[in-house]
Formats: sequence, structure tokens, C-alpha cells
Amino acid sequence: MLTVAEREEIEAELARYPTKEAVCIDAMKIVQRHRGWVSDESVRDIAELLEMSPADLDGVSTFYNLIFRKPVGRHVVMVCNSVSCWILGYEKMREHLTKRLEIEFGETTADNRFTLLPIVCLGACDHAPAMLVDNELHTDLGPDRIDQVLEAYK
Amino acid sequence: MAQEKPLTEAIPLDGQALSLRGYEQAGGYQGLRRALREMTPQAVQEEVKKAGLRGRGGAGFPTGMKWSFVPMGSDVPRPKYVIANADEMEPGTFKDRYLMEGNPHQLIEGLILAAYATQADVAFIFIRGEYRLAQERLARAIAEAHTAGYLGKNILKSDFALEMILHVSAGRYMCGEETGLLNALEGKRANPRSKPPFPPVAGLWGKPTTVNNVETLVNVPHIIAKGFTWYQGLSRSKDYGTKIYGASGKVKRPGLWELPMGTTIREILEEHAGGMREGLRFRGVLPGGASTDFLVEEHLDVPMDFLEVQKAGSRLGTGTMIVLDDRTCPVGMTSNLIHFFAQESCGWCTPCWSGLNWAKQILAAMEAGRGKPVDIDKLSFQTKFLAPGNTFCALAPGAAEPLQSALKYFREDFERHIREQRCPWK
Repeated sequence: MLTVAEREEIEAELARYPTKEAVCIDAMKIVQRHRGWVSDESVRDIAELLEMSPADLDGVSTFYNLIFRKPVGRHVVMVCNSVSCWILGYEKMREHLTKRLEIEFGETTADNRFTLLPIVCLGACDHAPAMLVDNELHTDLGPDRIDQVLEAYK
Repeated sequence: MAQEKPLTEAIPLDGQALSLRGYEQAGGYQGLRRALREMTPQAVQEEVKKAGLRGRGGAGFPTGMKWSFVPMGSDVPRPKYVIANADEMEPGTFKDRYLMEGNPHQLIEGLILAAYATQADVAFIFIRGEYRLAQERLARAIAEAHTAGYLGKNILKSDFALEMILHVSAGRYMCGEETGLLNALEGKRANPRSKPPFPPVAGLWGKPTTVNNVETLVNVPHIIAKGFTWYQGLSRSKDYGTKIYGASGKVKRPGLWELPMGTTIREILEEHAGGMREGLRFRGVLPGGASTDFLVEEHLDVPMDFLEVQKAGSRLGTGTMIVLDDRTCPVGMTSNLIHFFAQESCGWCTPCWSGLNWAKQILAAMEAGRGKPVDIDKLSFQTKFLAPGNTFCALAPGAAEPLQSALKYFREDFERHIREQRCPWK
């Protein structure tokens, strides 16, 4: 069930758009902000509120990179794997991260601290390689710098 | 005379956003004042047409002409919409983020002018979810513009009214495709739509809609404030204005530079990007993002404008170059690019979802030392299968560009991977 806070935030978005459906991506992001991810149950609840079919909303939810349909750790690390970062050492960065965190892409550390995901070009190509942690941009990365960045996310 | 840089000269060097006051002191919102005081919407369209402004998002469509397709008058469908396409996700492209973070009001003014020129009622800024700093700065700037009377009812005491909404997307390359963006805004998967009808006639919720790229829009306030003759004089070529050029890859000083349209690739890479890093040689360049054909050494003196880059066999695209050096594997680079396009394909058209995945697998196998002689022909076939006319949108044809040109200029490297059954760079 959606919480009162979630429902209120979603309803506030409705005023900005002419159809209920238009709010569905924002609605999923609101639920994700509160719970970290969007479960099947949340998809059904949001679909009901916005008068959509759960199947349609499921189709939308799985289309977008930033909607998580599985639980994630406390912090989500997204590593740019696009071309400029690839030229500047993405492979090494990935190796370092998977070794240090002992997980592969799509996995979460045992202590639930980090989830590791790939992401497309972050528009930081002049400071490649780059990654996001909880949507915060970190650039000019090498092994030491990565360790330093990760330390800040407990 | 010092080179003019109207789009970037007011951006603070300390990484902060230019404030509303700072923008106004630098001449900001003067274009809007002039338009509302002394110009009809048609006159604004006309000025932008004469200025020769072409879209900076990649396709290069003439902006004034796009606006002129919007039905005008009192008996047209409403509300009409304008949208700033801030879904910058073309690999190797980082210019719009800089423009939005550095001077958010410049984009807002450009979008208000686009709305006035097409008599739109509602404006959206469609920004990708990953650009958090730009989102924060735009949200604040929109609120400031409201308070200052640049948005809302009776803008600057005129009859013109406009609401502006910042829409933060949930991320997918397809959202940057004009009609995919419209579907995303409507709360759907960002599949492309069949055209016609074109968005200026039937776009968002079926209403007339104009979609312009961020860099395109930030040119507009300057054109309106200073006139098309001044604007044309900024350029060194027949495509007018300045351009935000960029370079990434193993050059000495990767970055962005606002330069006259028509600056050569050589000047950008050697004078501004500082040339290649020590010990490395230039091998090729994607001149305008991931979806443009490779150019090589013989093209270094090509002026970076729409016409000349096209003559050289590529596209100006976003004008942000990705440089290939002689220690980076061209097959690996192509494999990375095709992996991106295959992943970001929305799955709507068969050549795209099937062809790109096929090409991706062939390239990955080649890199892993499992290439076969027939693979080069298979890849060549794919570039024809992915060509314009076979798909609803430009994603697949765009993906074919680096692939077909890599096969042309770096054919020996492909053959060597197959012959030696390994990647020689690993």
C-alpha cells in the first residue's frame, strides 16, 4: 500500500499534467525515493491510483534505467561504460570496483552498502572516467580516487 | 578584435551558476524584452530564420523553419507546447550540461522566446535524471524567473503568458529522440512515433509541439537582442553563429570551447585540446558524438560545420569530438559504441533490435579472439540493414555510421583481429 506521504506527493504531481498516466514515471520515482526501489506491489498500487493497467506500468517501469525493480543497497554506484570513459580506462575501473566490492554488475554487497550498475555516458567526457554514486557525479577516477570516494558513503 | 563568445562568456569560471542578476547585467532577458515590446511572433521566427540557426542536437534542422510549421492563429488546437530537449546522452557529448549548469537563465530565456515565436502556452525542460546539478540550478532559476515576471501571466506586462515545467526523466537514450521524448513525457515507453504527422502539427498529447535542443535555444536570446546580421558575422562559414565544440579521448586538454562555426578539426584538436598526449598519435575522430562516421588524418583541415563535415562523409552531430589514438583498439572502440546502441535500442524496429545485437555479438567475438573471415561481410551487411528508411527513428542509422566508417578506415585492424584470433591491443 502507498503511504500517505507517497500518495500526497504523487497527487501534487497530477496538477502539472493533463493526464494521470503522464505522472507514472514521477510516481515510481517518488516511491523509489521512499523505499529505495519499486516492487511489484508498488507497481500495482501506483497503477491503481493512476487508473492504468499494472501490465502497462510494468512495461514503463522496466524501460527506464533509473527505475529499480529489484532492491538495491544503501548506495548505488553507477559506472559510465560509454566510449570516452572506455578509452580512458573504464575496464580497469570496473575491475577495481568488482574486486574491491566483491560483486559484479547488478549485484549488492553482503552488507547491503553498495549496488553496482553500469550507466551510459554521463556527460563528463572531459573528465573521464566517471561514475555516479547516489546520483552524485565523480570524475577523473583512478583506483585511489575510487577508494576515497567510496569511503564517504557509509 | 577578440573572438565573441556570446553563449559562454558570462558563465562563471568557478563552477557556480550565473545568477539572475549576473545574467541581466550581461544583457540577459533583453532579447525577450525586445521581442515582447516590438516584435510579432512571426518576426521572431523570421529573425531566427535569417540568422540561419540550425539545430545543435545533432540533426541540424533549421530552427526558424521548424517553428514556422506550428499552426498559428486563434482557431488552432491548444494548449501548444515548446520543449527544451535536455536529455543529453549521446556518448562523448557534454556541452548541454555545461550550458545549463553555468547559465540556466539563458536556456530559460531561449525557451520563452521559442514559446513566444510559436505562441505556445506551456514549456517543458526535459532533462535526464542523471544531471542532478543542472536540475537543481534550473529549478531555482525557473522560480526566480517567475518572481521576476519573466514567466507566468502577463510576462513583462505584455499579454503573453507561459508556464514552465522541469521534467526529470528516468533515463534512456531514446528519450532524446524527438517523438520518443514526447512519449516519455506522456508517461509511456520512449518508443519513436511514426511521422507524419510531425510534432509541430501533432505532438505532445496530439497538440502542436516544438522540440529544440538546449544549445539551439541558448542562441536565440542573442539573435533577438543583437540581430541576425551580427549573428551571421560570428561564423567563419555558411552555417552561422558560434558552436560549442568539445574533445575527449587521449588529448592533452580535453574540454569544451565556444568557437566560430567552421573552425577546423585541426585547430580544435591542436590549439584548443593541446594535441595528443605524449607518445600517442592521432588515428581518427568521431566529429560529433557516437553516432557520426569516423574521420581520419586526411580530414583534419575540414571546417566543423554542417556542410563541410557532411562533404567529408560524416556529420557535425553535436560537435563534440571523440578522439581515437594509435594505442587504442579501433575494433574495441567500435564494439563499445555498438554495445551502447544495441542496449539503448527501444526494440520497436527489427533492424535496430535484431541487427544491432547481431553486430554487437560479432564485434565482441572478434575482440575475444573468435572472429571469422565472413564477419566483415556480415558487419557490412548490417550497416545497410540499419540504414535510413528501414526504421522509425535515427538510432539504428546513427549506429551504422561509426561501424561503416570503422570498416572503411580501419579494415586492416578488423582483419588482423580475425587472422591472429586475438585483439592485438590486449
